[in-house]
Amino acid sequence: MTPMLELRGLSKHFGGLTATDNVSLLVPTGSLHALIGPNGAGKTTLINQVAGDLHHDAGAILLAGAEIGMLPAWERVRHGLARTFQIAQLLPQYSVLDNVALAAQVRQGHSFRFFADARKNSGARDQAMSLLQAVGLSARASFKVSDLGQGECKQLELAVALATKPSLLLLDEPMAGLSPLESQEMIDLLTTLKGQVTMVLVEHDMDAVFALADCISVMVYGRVVATGNSDEIKADEAVRTAYLGEGDD
Amino acid sequence: MTSDSLELKPRQATGPAAGQTSSILTLRGAAAAIAVALLLVLPALVATFNVPSVVGLGTQVLIYAIAAMSLNLVLGYGGMVTFGHAAFFGLGGYAVGLLYQHFSEQSAFLGLVPGSDSLAVALAVAMLVSGCVAAIIGSLSLRTSGVPFIMITLAFAQMLFFLFVSLKAYGGDDGLMMRRRDVAPFFNARDDINYYYICLGLAACWFMLTACIVRSRFGFVLSGLRQNERRMVAIGIAPNRYRLVAFIIAGMGAGLAGALMANYLRFVSPDMMHWTKSGELMMMVILGGAGTLIGPLLGAAAMVCLETFLAAQTENWQLYLGFILLAIVMLKRGGLAAILDRLPGARP
Repeated sequence: MTPMLELRGLSKHFGGLTATDNVSLLVPTGSLHALIGPNGAGKTTLINQVAGDLHHDAGAILLAGAEIGMLPAWERVRHGLARTFQIAQLLPQYSVLDNVALAAQVRQGHSFRFFADARKNSGARDQAMSLLQAVGLSARASFKVSDLGQGECKQLELAVALATKPSLLLLDEPMAGLSPLESQEMIDLLTTLKGQVTMVLVEHDMDAVFALADCISVMVYGRVVATGNSDEIKADEAVRTAYLGEGDD
Repeated sequence: MTSDSLELKPRQATGPAAGQTSSILTLRGAAAAIAVALLLVLPALVATFNVPSVVGLGTQVLIYAIAAMSLNLVLGYGGMVTFGHAAFFGLGGYAVGLLYQHFSEQSAFLGLVPGSDSLAVALAVAMLVSGCVAAIIGSLSLRTSGVPFIMITLAFAQMLFFLFVSLKAYGGDDGLMMRRRDVAPFFNARDDINYYYICLGLAACWFMLTACIVRSRFGFVLSGLRQNERRMVAIGIAPNRYRLVAFIIAGMGAGLAGALMANYLRFVSPDMMHWTKSGELMMMVILGGAGTLIGPLLGAAAMVCLETFLAAQTENWQLYLGFILLAIVMLKRGGLAAILDRLPGARP
């Protein structure tokens, strides 16, 4: 079966610095693939290249077998790729519901419609409301985003990403900045999503990674040094010295 | 709403807010009704109190209001700080001036386009020309954002300004005079009161159009792009397509306003597209309240009335105008529309 995401020899240089060094990766459909590694290992840079926010120097990105590496970021979304950000990127002046409904509206087709009231677009609003229920934010639907806590912003970003009906979801540190309780909620949320959507997860929270991931890749200095399931990664001596030993306190 | 109320069930949380909305609607509805009624009976009031110059003042306010509303779509809602909006205002004016010149000389523009003294034709041509030029300027300048965008829109507007300064066939520096105002179908536009009503009708149309656009799916996307472009790209929006369409609509609005102004003054000159005119339009939007529906109307009214009033009092009126503008903008973020919002019963 064609993997949902395939990276072939992806490379990216910033001047003399190699941020991504010949990375190849296979993410089977329906799985959750975690990317771990010390700070500066190039995990977010890799996510940005897959999402199209950064352009790679060499290599190929295949989404469900189709090359998307040359497409602009917004067009990749239309091909079924969605992402969340390390620092939540939302529309601060809009309500929680508006944020999700806008993503659902874009999914419905082009938005060159100038007359009908967008807030009466019941298809998009109903879908947004059910997504808010799914992420546990339905009670905050009418709140302004600027009044939300950090954990709620992360949950909302997930709902926005899901509103684009992605086949591949890139999650850039969804637990960063969350309290232990909020982290657990996020882990539960991602657990319920497993199998429904293919996910690539970048995360520093090892408990979360080991609880969620079907497969883990370890990145160091822009290269993938090890790939395996959680037991293999925990047992890998090279990984322990390169990352787990240093990273833990 | 404080964070203490976060635990409330959604029904309870929205209950009081819904009650507030209806009282705002009635209060605002009443204020709007009074404003519309005043605008409608202005010529009658003017006749009663025998101050004929006020009709002209009202006409100018309405024309500038259209220009400011159009700028507000890109500046206030779209977050694109364009410093060249007067280019479209001037182009609209020159469309009228050129058509009239060729009409009176019985000649044709570039030997192809015959002249016309029909107001309907002139307004349509003005909007079409401004829209086309906005498409060109917009598609080039929207490749940039922030300060470079300000500078490139300013540069385009100045290029057009100097183009018309150098066009000696159309008056160059001195501009073009129109002997008479264009003629409208059905009624006599050459009468100042009738012309006032034409401007009032068109300003009302542009207001409704803007009100529709900003609530529509398009307006939703446009406002989203102002708030966070990265987010919009991440849900699959190609930013510049939407920005360009807003830029073209705004250009057409300014073109319409310019055409009305040329007809009102029976005169066009390159000054209509000078950068100070762009600044004046920006000032109207910011003074009135950028990103609000009513703001540009208030801003245009305030600027035109203040200018007229102060200029009658003192030669150094611009100094005093500057102080008043500074005071309003610095004391109240959000401009005049925000002051209106603070009235009792209005939105918290």
